[in-house]
Amino acid sequence: MKLRSILIAATALAVGSTSVFAEDMTIVSWGGAYSSSQNNAYHKPYMAENPGVNIINDESSAEAVAKLRAMNEAGNVTWDVVDVVAADAIRLCDEGLAEVIDPAKDLAAAPDGTSAADDFGDLLVSECFIPQIVYSTTFGYRTDKVGDTPPTDICAVFDTEKYPGKRALEKRPINNMEWALICDGVAKADVYDVLDTPEGVDRALAKLGSIKDDVIWWSSGSETPQLLADGEVVMGSTYNGRLFALIEEDKQPIGMLWDAQVFDLDGWIIPAGLSPERLAAAKKYIMFATDTQRLADQAKYISYGPARKSSAPLVGKHAELGIDMAPHMPTDPNNAKNTFLYNYEWWADNRDDLDAKFQAWLAK
Amino acid sequence: MSDTDQTMAVLTTQDGVPLKVSIRRALRAQKIRALLLVAPLFLFILLSFVAPIADMLFRSVENDIVPNTLPQTVVAIELWDENSGELPGEDVYAALAADLQVATKSKTHTRVGSRLNYEKPGTSSLFRKTGRRVNKFEDGNYKEQFLKADKKWGDVEYWQVIKRFSSPLTGGYFLAASDAERTADGVQLKAEDERIYLLLFGRTLMLSITITASCILLGYPIAWLLASLPLRSSNLLMILVLLPFWTSLLVRTSAWKVLLQQQGVINDTLVWLGIVGDESRLALINNQTGTIIAMTHILLPFMILPLFSVMKTISPTYMRAAKSMGATDWYAFWRVYFPQTIPGIGAGSILVFILSIGYYITPELVGGTSGIFISNRIAYHISSSLNWGLAAALGVMLLVLVMTLYWLYDRIVGIDNVKLG
Repeated sequence: MKLRSILIAATALAVGSTSVFAEDMTIVSWGGAYSSSQNNAYHKPYMAENPGVNIINDESSAEAVAKLRAMNEAGNVTWDVVDVVAADAIRLCDEGLAEVIDPAKDLAAAPDGTSAADDFGDLLVSECFIPQIVYSTTFGYRTDKVGDTPPTDICAVFDTEKYPGKRALEKRPINNMEWALICDGVAKADVYDVLDTPEGVDRALAKLGSIKDDVIWWSSGSETPQLLADGEVVMGSTYNGRLFALIEEDKQPIGMLWDAQVFDLDGWIIPAGLSPERLAAAKKYIMFATDTQRLADQAKYISYGPARKSSAPLVGKHAELGIDMAPHMPTDPNNAKNTFLYNYEWWADNRDDLDAKFQAWLAK
Repeated sequence: MSDTDQTMAVLTTQDGVPLKVSIRRALRAQKIRALLLVAPLFLFILLSFVAPIADMLFRSVENDIVPNTLPQTVVAIELWDENSGELPGEDVYAALAADLQVATKSKTHTRVGSRLNYEKPGTSSLFRKTGRRVNKFEDGNYKEQFLKADKKWGDVEYWQVIKRFSSPLTGGYFLAASDAERTADGVQLKAEDERIYLLLFGRTLMLSITITASCILLGYPIAWLLASLPLRSSNLLMILVLLPFWTSLLVRTSAWKVLLQQQGVINDTLVWLGIVGDESRLALINNQTGTIIAMTHILLPFMILPLFSVMKTISPTYMRAAKSMGATDWYAFWRVYFPQTIPGIGAGSILVFILSIGYYITPELVGGTSGIFISNRIAYHISSSLNWGLAAALGVMLLVLVMTLYWLYDRIVGIDNVKLG
């Protein structure tokens, strides 16, 4: 076991070599516009308040789960705070790779005194996870290629007669299976009951099969915006923030189809196995970065909804474009008329199994 | 006279030590010195290359998490007949309760749940849920309490999975990697709509061979041009070969997207020229064609460079001699020049083939659904599903496949016939 630890230490060192000094704090996130929104809203004010702390940005969130396990087995965790999606947080928590958080002790209460647990509410989907933003996976469409009747219904995705052309869908079962069932006539509340049976899985795949020849499958969030901008697809799913950038910053002729958008969460975890000093420092940062004002500030830089209820009224204008951000939030009442809440527990159980089936179906 | 006497007796050095011993001593010192010189590199390779790979490969059969976390259950369940169709007895439930109470303290119960969830979906939430309740269990009547905590404990299948995966070593990952599973009737192939790995292994092999072949076809003339042009123009050509080689892989792959997509440069040009209709644009990307084109381009330098360095050593006088004796151009090339370049083709092919068999970023980006490789699934299991055991098993199979091909290559072509320059 000891030899193994040394070996993995060597590997982990090679993989995630970031030297850690006493006052350095390595924060891992997704990079791009998202990291810079965190830098502006959290890191800069935190460093201004705590001159002794130096925050290092690491853009490895996409490989965070695997790297955290390697680091943990090596007994050499070099990351202090990690940004992951909720599903990964649940997995990390199950594997004992993330620290358990006590909302009463570790998170700030809302300005009006509401406890953090109530302020975040149902969004605390795992005991290791501190939600930060609500994002949604939704569809964008080319306004110049849908004629006079732009789609308002998710089932337009499956209607290749009315909206001919290619569609971009993510190369994994999550979300696609739910949309397929909804458009096959299953009530929203029954989706996971149906999907729990082999017949339900077949039914969803059959519905997806009706448009299989018209789909370009994406695996990275940047693909759909590129495909839409080049006119390669007529509509495609991606994260709402990517579509916001495409529409408002790049001024592309793209419309948002908010119908049946699937909410998901992104937030922080603290890796297990930190020294007491680093753990305390990480918790101090988390307490600061997830308070009401800070979450509202992040929405100035990117169109993702703050995870606290108390932050919503504080959302202001975009820092550079100067437009009101509230109407671009997935949680805005106009956009959230018909939303779908993704079932974390169900997917934690069935993700691997269904992914194998889905990939086998794709490969055929 | 005395000379012959000496040769008969044992040869000694001046201080009386037998010559043989003295030589051996001197040689030993030399050997140790040589070993010491090699030692740092040897140890480095051992520690940073051989050992981690061996460790990773061992994971493909490792299963000690189950017996380590559930030691009493594993013993108690031994006596239960998994094919009886009945639930295990109260003693097994009691043992599981005791094990889970210990496991929840160190939070390892969810890890077992995740491990067994690979075999039976639903186990993950079952262990998570039960872990929350198990510390409130009262003594006695455990079966009832388990069923109250989650009715899945009344399903024989979950118990069968625990029993099947109770030993510290398992072949389960290898079974899964070959699209098979162990059922009550023994080992069987999975249902047809769940088989994927064998298909991907086959496809990886076929596409890698195609890519290697197209690299030979495209690389050979370029290498020949490089070797035969005067230095000035050949240097320029060499830079053109190397420039893409130095460009980021992602940039090159993205560039192919722009070129190959249906609204892309190539299709636009073809439509403009009237070669294809606007309605029937060619599908050049997000399928196998895309993977072959992009990967051939990326791996081409690995074919050109060994070919070039071999061709460089072939004296032009051979061709001239052949022609002076009446050979046609083609005959001289085929009988004199080409055979001498075979070691270069061999080296280039091995490089390209082995590199392409392990590729996954490019296929993921341009391969769509029909152009992805087995490495894409390995990457998924390493970084997303955390099923490292299955990833390791797939890796072992890929390694064995490559080594078998290498052995075949050695038997048919001969590895001595490979030259890098």
